[in-house]
Amino acid sequence: MTELTKLTLAKARAGLANGNFTSTELTNAFLTAIEAGNGDLNAYVTVTGDAALARAKESDDRIAKGDDVRPLEGLPLGIKDLFSTEGVHTQACSHVLDGFKPRYESTVTANLRDAGAIMLGKLNMDEFAMGSSNETSYYGPVVNPWQRTNDNGDLSNDKLVPGGSSGGSSASVAADLCLAATASDTGGSIRQPAALTGTVGLKPTYGRCSRYGMVAFASSLDQAGPITKTVEDAGLMLAQMASHDLKDSTSVDVPVPDYTKVLGQGIKGLRIGVPKEYRIDGMADETEKLWQQGIDWLKDAGATIHEISLPHTKYALPAYYIVAPAEASSNLARYDGVRYGLRVPGEDLIETYEKSRAAGFGREVKKRVLVGTFVLSAGFYDAYYTKAQKVRTLIKQDFDKAWENVDLVLTPTTPSPAFAQGEKSGDPIAMYLEDIFTVTVNMAGLPGISVPGGLSAEGTPLGLQLIAKPFDEETLLRGGEVIEKAAGRFTPAARWWQS
Amino acid sequence: MAAATDNLIAGATGDWEIVIGLEVHAQVNSKAKLFSGASTEFGGAPNSHVSLVDAAMPGMLPVINRECVAQAVRTGLGLNAQINLRSTFDRKNYFYPDLPQGYQISQLYHPIVGEGEIEIDVDGDAKSIGIERLHLEQDAGKSIHDMHPDYSYVDLNRSGVALMEIVSKPDMRSAKEAQAYVTKVRTILRYLDTCDGDMEKGNMRADVNVSVRKPGDELGTRCEIKNVNSIRFIGQAIEIEARRQIDIIEDGGKIDQETRLYDPRAGETRSMRSKEEAHDYRYFPDPDLLPLEFDQAYVDDLKTGLPELPDEKRARFMADMGLSVYDASVLVVDKDNADYFEAVAAGRDGKMSANWVINELFGRLNKEGLEVEQSPVSAAQLGELIDLISSDTISGKIAKDVFEIVWSEGGAPAAIVEERGLKQVTDTGAIEAAVDEVVAANPDQVKKAIDNPKLAGWFVGQVMKATGGKANPQAVQAIVKAKLGL
Amino acid sequence: MEVDETTVRRIARLARIEVTDEEAASLKGELSGILQWVEQLEEVNTDNVEPMTRVVPIALKQRDDVVTDGEKVEDVIANAPMSEDNFYVVPTVIE
Repeated sequence: MTELTKLTLAKARAGLANGNFTSTELTNAFLTAIEAGNGDLNAYVTVTGDAALARAKESDDRIAKGDDVRPLEGLPLGIKDLFSTEGVHTQACSHVLDGFKPRYESTVTANLRDAGAIMLGKLNMDEFAMGSSNETSYYGPVVNPWQRTNDNGDLSNDKLVPGGSSGGSSASVAADLCLAATASDTGGSIRQPAALTGTVGLKPTYGRCSRYGMVAFASSLDQAGPITKTVEDAGLMLAQMASHDLKDSTSVDVPVPDYTKVLGQGIKGLRIGVPKEYRIDGMADETEKLWQQGIDWLKDAGATIHEISLPHTKYALPAYYIVAPAEASSNLARYDGVRYGLRVPGEDLIETYEKSRAAGFGREVKKRVLVGTFVLSAGFYDAYYTKAQKVRTLIKQDFDKAWENVDLVLTPTTPSPAFAQGEKSGDPIAMYLEDIFTVTVNMAGLPGISVPGGLSAEGTPLGLQLIAKPFDEETLLRGGEVIEKAAGRFTPAARWWQS
Repeated sequence: MAAATDNLIAGATGDWEIVIGLEVHAQVNSKAKLFSGASTEFGGAPNSHVSLVDAAMPGMLPVINRECVAQAVRTGLGLNAQINLRSTFDRKNYFYPDLPQGYQISQLYHPIVGEGEIEIDVDGDAKSIGIERLHLEQDAGKSIHDMHPDYSYVDLNRSGVALMEIVSKPDMRSAKEAQAYVTKVRTILRYLDTCDGDMEKGNMRADVNVSVRKPGDELGTRCEIKNVNSIRFIGQAIEIEARRQIDIIEDGGKIDQETRLYDPRAGETRSMRSKEEAHDYRYFPDPDLLPLEFDQAYVDDLKTGLPELPDEKRARFMADMGLSVYDASVLVVDKDNADYFEAVAAGRDGKMSANWVINELFGRLNKEGLEVEQSPVSAAQLGELIDLISSDTISGKIAKDVFEIVWSEGGAPAAIVEERGLKQVTDTGAIEAAVDEVVAANPDQVKKAIDNPKLAGWFVGQVMKATGGKANPQAVQAIVKAKLGL
Repeated sequence: MEVDETTVRRIARLARIEVTDEEAASLKGELSGILQWVEQLEEVNTDNVEPMTRVVPIALKQRDDVVTDGEKVEDVIANAPMSEDNFYVVPTVIE
């Protein structure tokens, strides 16, 4: 049974087509694994077992008949809690959306459903996608299935974070509690958790996937994407998740290619940019080494390496922490206890608003809403918000110039590997710095992928990030595949959560 | 109170000038809402014309309605305003139960329409009033406070309906000018069919900004009187507010810039300031939308589709039909009225048609509180009546009687005249005979009339009576004069 | 930028989030820290740079003026904490 859960999406799909096993068997294998392991990992906040098995049966019928077998037929997935799923818990892991079960489906999950995929349940995340460690969820933190190795070679019991905000997604994929998961990325929330869990995380170009039905955090930055075990799986997922949606004014009408066609194409003759500004002060040696290793792998695969300059890199993070909270402060205004979610009654209307939101929002969310409210307020708008949006233009222009000379940009995904719970909770800036390499990509609206590159000295995963031109996810996948072939796959040494 | 020519109000310390600016909120005529596909139809069961976007469910996104964009451009053209080929949408952030998103999508920084101007008439004087801008924004829902002492009931049917906010320059100097301005804007909107201008339903409402100053001084602090929903109240509110401000200043006080409400029953304006902080709306560009852009060809295309506007129509009535500026102005205020008039005047004498339409028809409609669409007398019927007068078939006086019959009983005027034998007597022989009779029977009157020719009218009256009103009065008059040798 | 407690309370009121005295005190420090950190943007020369108004280089899509939505009061009211006769019900507003 456990062998089934270890399969990649592509292998599971082939197995179903071959009749090696049924979707019902596959789904049951995952439900059993979740039952056994979710207590330790807390990756799922709700499991939809009955519905999943019903869908599995339907898929088995289709496959048996060979009748209208859809691209992801019968394949069980985990869905991040911020995707609206009709009739099912959708709270972005916040208390303020207590009890909310939407009467509608997000476009991304509808696409997956229509492709025949099966939802196992909703995955834990940082509340309202605000966080880099999945420690701010109303449902408690997610535990990384990876553990550090002590100096004496034993595995440490310290609970590590799986990254955030898509911590439930990354942990469940790494722990084989689903074949693949949907996630979202606003400043790095797909790529950073993927890097910390040895999985593949793909954030597509802004506008590639529809935001309709996604609980909004920062509208000009949010983008849905997959977390998977392999690069091939990421391509399979994106091909179904992406679409042009008339219900989302920022959705772009560009055809969705068959991403699997690029597999095996390699990167011969492509130009790889290595941005010097990403070499930051105090960068860990092993991160530096991994980056160099990545450069070598790509060179060996026939690409040419070019040092490039992205001069405004270091300003991306502070600019992000103005723009994102500003948009969030406005997007979260609708959580007022009037039409859905938590209502804590007060003496009058204002008190009801204030009490409901104070009780409903967690600490990090409150902080960011207040920062956002401040930077938009009278007297500060120009100095903060307008300034940040101008810096954003410069960051994009840096990349536009770079694309004249290179096809892909290679950087480490994170400054360091997975840290322990509570380790970065003291200083907000320390936590924010987790996104230092990823946030530029959101600010410029570009696609980015994190691929496992190696292990840290403590035996925990490290990721390499590739960035590509708008709507060039194909080149991302080609480059990602090269790294994956060279680096190999990484899985946790001990499956401690399964006992 | 005010000298009509200078619009100044007398205070205790001298004369004061009122400075008025108006913000008109006009609900756009469209089937669906500005950013959602729900219906804009009035009425409807609570929360029935509400989509999940309007209800601000998590993950919902706005998509703009192209007809609302077109309506805003048409209105801008009707206001002789600059159309901005590129405009953006901004969020205006505040909390209120009838504002489900917690923000209103509006246009602060780059509105769709820029500066323009329209002409108004006050007591025969023309004046140009500047338009500052026009922008599109969402309307809010409705909170009902009187269904329960402790609770408010919220209906989002109106939430998200498209509004055009038309901001004037502070060019008005009297209540009458303000009323003329709003009336003109309403006329233009109705001509263009971009808004029905129904103030009673709240489809058009005005925020009135009033300040006072001594002539030549800097602008005074203004107060905004919100949501005034009739032209009459706009006038009243301005005069009351101006007087309030003058009294405060003359007593040595200062005007606080604030928002006020007009209470027509109490005859006063009241401060709306609640215990909340002053609003900081934190406007910023809506990241769910992109800039709205179109080309000049789009604008030009809309322009060719516009109907003739009131000023042009008035000019045409004056030039082609010789109407006075007063009559032409009255006729063009409402497009339906103007269309009715044109149907009557087609192929007929313009001035006579105008006289009948304005004095007889409109007078009667006003008395009965009817709109021209509900007129029991159709343009065709009125036209036929006028034809009967022009052909001397009936007299003007008889025509009024026939009008009354058509109004209350219906029927074709020519048939009525025929059936009831109302034809005018023009046969001079018959009239002479009638005159002779009266002259013969009243020798004393004859003597009086010869001394005082004005008294000839008595004879005309007697002959009219004797002929049952059917004699042609002009002919009678001429014959009487001749017979009496006057 | 150093924010004081009064500012924290004013911002919290704008955001309709109740803060206790304790929270106000700690938020003061945290917010000040974040705002001071983002102020490094002042180092960047942004003369003649336009703020980013669109991430994607596309035109704003417009939809036809057709009623395609609404008439779903059940869905609209379903999750409401308090409702009556299909109205949302809230504690009264003081005008």
